[in-house]
Amino acid sequence: MILKYNLKRTEIIAQLPYSEPFLFVDEVLAVSGENISGTYTFQKNAFFYKGHFKNNPVTPGVILTECMAQLGLVCLGIYLLGKEKSSSNPTFALSSTEIDFYLPVFPGEKVTVFSEKKYFRFNKLKCEVKMLNANNEIVASGIISGMTGPLNPKGETVDGN
Amino acid sequence: MTSEEIFALLEPIIKTYLPQDVSAKEINRESDLTRELNINSAHLVDIILDIEDVFNIEFKNDDMEKLRNVNDAISLIEQKIAV
Repeated sequence: MILKYNLKRTEIIAQLPYSEPFLFVDEVLAVSGENISGTYTFQKNAFFYKGHFKNNPVTPGVILTECMAQLGLVCLGIYLLGKEKSSSNPTFALSSTEIDFYLPVFPGEKVTVFSEKKYFRFNKLKCEVKMLNANNEIVASGIISGMTGPLNPKGETVDGN
Repeated sequence: MTSEEIFALLEPIIKTYLPQDVSAKEINRESDLTRELNINSAHLVDIILDIEDVFNIEFKNDDMEKLRNVNDAISLIEQKIAV
């Protein structure tokens, strides 16, 4: 069945719907129908460090969550849709997150995201996602869910709007 | 299982996923799940997965398209538990 999963790791990144300054994926390390891992290095001059916090740059939790969602949910979703037939211009919408944060991530740090599919049914992808720093310490972990589209061959989005 | 019995099991499942601004009193058999009860598409999937567990049945992608209101859910469940 491996042949059905024919998207390469670089092709996944090329299909991501994000660009600078809101792309938080550098590399997909490994991907399968069940899980994915990948890395991102937070650029020292990223826009959010200017204000988070005043004179004390720390990566915001929402950005860590975004990185976990882009790698753990959207990259995996692109891969899973890629094994199905019509996957041109897949769309994604975050539907819920529940993340615990354990350690700060400072400018220039490289993180690795691991995501395990809990289920992918009726276009909803739910994953257990964790983020580790360069010392293999857990930075954040939790559950992220999102909806993928298009839902049907007519190309309508999931909510019809 | 009668449709009343199905509704009795279905109502608490739907209630779990109602947004805060929709009262559980608004759940009736004609309620449109997304338009009237304001359930989003992600929670609609949660409802289906819970229905699968409670009634020990399996939904297919085609079934999703038939699912608009509570009565649709009841008739889908009736069809599947009859098999």
